[in-house]
Amino acid sequence: MKIAICIKQVPDSWAEKKMAGGVLDRAGVDAVLNDLDEYAVEEALRIVEANSPTKEAGEGSGHTITLISMGPERATEAIRKALSMGADDAILVTDPSLAGSDALATSLVLSEVIKKGNYDLVLCGTESTDARMSVIPAMISQRLGWAQLTFAGKVAVNPAANTVEIERVTEFGNQVMSAKFPAVLSVVEKINEPRYPSFKGIMAAKKKPITNMSLADTGVGSSDVGSAAAWSNVKEALPRPPRGAGVKLTDEGNGGEKLVEFLVEKRLA
Amino acid sequence: MSEVIFLVDHSAGKITKAAGELATYAKSIGDSVAVVFADNAQPIVDQLNTFPVDKVITIAGEFDKYGPAAIADGLAQLLTDRKPAAVLITSTANGKEIAARASVITGSGIITDAVNVDKDLITTQSVFGGSTTVHATVTKGVPIITLRANSIEATGATSSAAVEIFAATISEAAKLAPITSSTPVVKGGRPDLTEASIVVSGGRGTNGDFKPVEALADALGAAVGASRAATDAGWYPHSNQVGQTGKTVSPQLYVAAGISGAIQHRAGMQTSKTIVAINKDPEAPILEIADFAVVGDLFNVLPQATAQIIARKG
Ligand SMILES: Cc1cc2nc3c(=O)[nH]c(=O)nc-3n(C[C@H](O)[C@H](O)[C@H](O)COP(=O)(O)OP(=O)(O)OC[C@H]3O[C@@H](n4cnc5c(N)ncnc54)[C@H](O)[C@@H]3O)c2cc1C
Ligand SMILES: Nc1ncnc2c1ncn2[C@@H]1O[C@H](COP(=O)(O)O)[C@@H](O)[C@H]1O
Repeated sequence: MKIAICIKQVPDSWAEKKMAGGVLDRAGVDAVLNDLDEYAVEEALRIVEANSPTKEAGEGSGHTITLISMGPERATEAIRKALSMGADDAILVTDPSLAGSDALATSLVLSEVIKKGNYDLVLCGTESTDARMSVIPAMISQRLGWAQLTFAGKVAVNPAANTVEIERVTEFGNQVMSAKFPAVLSVVEKINEPRYPSFKGIMAAKKKPITNMSLADTGVGSSDVGSAAAWSNVKEALPRPPRGAGVKLTDEGNGGEKLVEFLVEKRLA
Repeated sequence: MSEVIFLVDHSAGKITKAAGELATYAKSIGDSVAVVFADNAQPIVDQLNTFPVDKVITIAGEFDKYGPAAIADGLAQLLTDRKPAAVLITSTANGKEIAARASVITGSGIITDAVNVDKDLITTQSVFGGSTTVHATVTKGVPIITLRANSIEATGATSSAAVEIFAATISEAAKLAPITSSTPVVKGGRPDLTEASIVVSGGRGTNGDFKPVEALADALGAAVGASRAATDAGWYPHSNQVGQTGKTVSPQLYVAAGISGAIQHRAGMQTSKTIVAINKDPEAPILEIADFAVVGDLFNVLPQATAQIIARKG
C-alpha cells in the first residue's frame, strides 16, 4: 500500500495566540506538530505493521508512508517528529504566495500533491488545533473524487481486497462505512495512543528524505491561493474583552448557598 | 426579499433544537427557507411550524445511506438552482463536512463555527479558546456559514410554510462509501449536551464519583459534561466530553466542578454566557474565566447547592 498522511505544523496549543493583520501571528509562538495529526501517523503505522511481513514499517514492509504538509520552511520540525515516529519520507509545499491561504486553497494544493503520488489511502487528523475547521479532509475527498471515510474511531484495512472499513464516530452516533481504495480518512483522537519516537527513530529520521515543492511544482496557479484569493475576508479581530472580574470566594461552610444566591440573582436557578 | 436557506438537522424523525435557531437567524436576514433531506419529510415539516419559516424545500433520496457526501451534492444543486443570499448549517461534524464539500462544488466561501451572523452576513467567531473575536464575511459565491448550536434564542412563530419538492441526484463519487450500519446515540433522561441551556461538568476532582455532579444537574434541569481526564478514566462516557476533542457547548450557565481548566477544555466551553467553577485549588486556571468561583471541596459545595435549589423550589 501507498499511504499519505496530511500533517500540519501549528502554534503550540498551550501558548497564547494572537492575530496580526487578520491572520494568526505564527512567528511569535512555538510551533509543533498538530497533536491531532499524531493519531493519523500512529494509525498509518499500525495499518502497515499489521500487514507487513516484518511487523514493522519502513523498508521490507512492502508499504510506504509519505507525509504531506503545506506550510513555512520551519514546518520541517513537525515533519521530523512524524518521521521519527516511523513514516518513510515527506513532501513539504512551501511558497511565499501561500501565506494567508484559506481552507479552499489549502485543500486544492494538498489534492494536487496527492494526485501525483498514486496513493491508496490518505489519512488526516480531524482538525487542526489552530484553524479548527474540520473541513480539509472532506474538501480533499470532494476534489479528488475519492471515498470519504472521516471521523474514524476504528479502521480496518484489507489490502488484498483493496478495501477499508471504518466506524465513524459523531454526535449523531456511530456508523460503519466501507469503500474501495483510494480513500480519504480522518481519525479521531480516541482511536489509538500515539507512540513516542524512539532514539533509533529520531536518528533514522535525520536521514529520511524531505522533498520541497514550490507552488509551481504542484501545478496550482498563484492566483488560486494566498490571502488575495481567500474566499472569506476577516474584517476585524479583537481580543475578547476580558470577562468582567468574577467573584471568587473561599468556602467557609456556606459556599453552596452562596453559589445558589448568585444563580438566583442571575435568574439561572 | 432574498432567500436564506438553512439545513434542518433531524435524527430519528425529530428536528434538533438548532433547527429553530437557524430559522431565527435566516429570518433576521431575509426569507427563511428550510431544506429537509428525508424520504418521509412531512413529520419533520410539521415540527417547523412553530418557527419563523417562509418556505420548506424537501429533497428525497438515498441520503441516509450515503451521508454528508450525498447531502452536499443535493445542497449544491439547490444552491445553483435558487442562488440564495446565504446558506446556514449547524456546526456539527456532519454539518461542517456538508458545508466543506458544497463549498468546493459551488466555488463558494465558507465560514465555520460562527456564534452570530447579522443582517449584512457579517459573522462573529470566537477563536483561540475564546481569547479573540473575529468578524468576517464571505466574498465569493453563496456564503456557506456554519453556526454553533445555542448561540441564539429561537423565536417562536406560527407559520404554515408552503412546501416545495426539489429533485437532486447523488454523484457516483458521493456513493463510494455507503453506510452499512448505524447505531444512534442512546438518549438518557437528561437534556442533550450541545442543546442544554445549563451544563454541569465534572473532572478529575470527582475522583470517579459523579453523583454530586448529576444531582446538581438534575436539580437545575441541566446536561452533564465531563473533562477528558474523567472520560479517559472511564468515569463518564466519551460522548459527554467537553472540549477541543469533545463537544463544544455554549450554554447560559456552565458549572465546572473539579476541572482545572486546561486550554483544550476551555476551547469547548469558553463561549458559555455564565461560568461557575468549584475547585480546591485557588490557582486553577478555570477560576480566571469564572464569573463566580468557589474555592472549596466539590463534595461539600455541590450537595449544599443542590439541597438549596431543591428547597427553594419547595
Ligand atoms: C490532543 C488533546 C486533546 C484534548 N482534548 C480535551 C478535551 O476535549 N476536553 C478536555 O477536557 N480535555 C482535553 N484534553 C486534556 C486537557 O489537556 C487536560 O488534561 C484535561 O482537561 C484535564 O482534566 P481535569 O481538569 O478534569 O483534570 P486536572 O487537570 O487533573 O484537574 C483536576 C482539578 O480538580 C481539582 N480538584 C481535585 N479534587 C477536588 C475536590 N474534591 N473539589 C474541588 N476540586 C477538586 C484540582 O484542584 C484540579 O484543578 C486534551 C489534551 C490533548 C493533548
Ligand atoms: N496546511 C496543511 N498541510 C497538511 N495537512 C493539513 C493542512 N491543514 C490541514 N491539514 C489536514 O487536515 C486536517 C483537518 O484540518 P482543518 O480542516 O484545518 O481543521 C488536519 O488534521 C490535517 O490532517
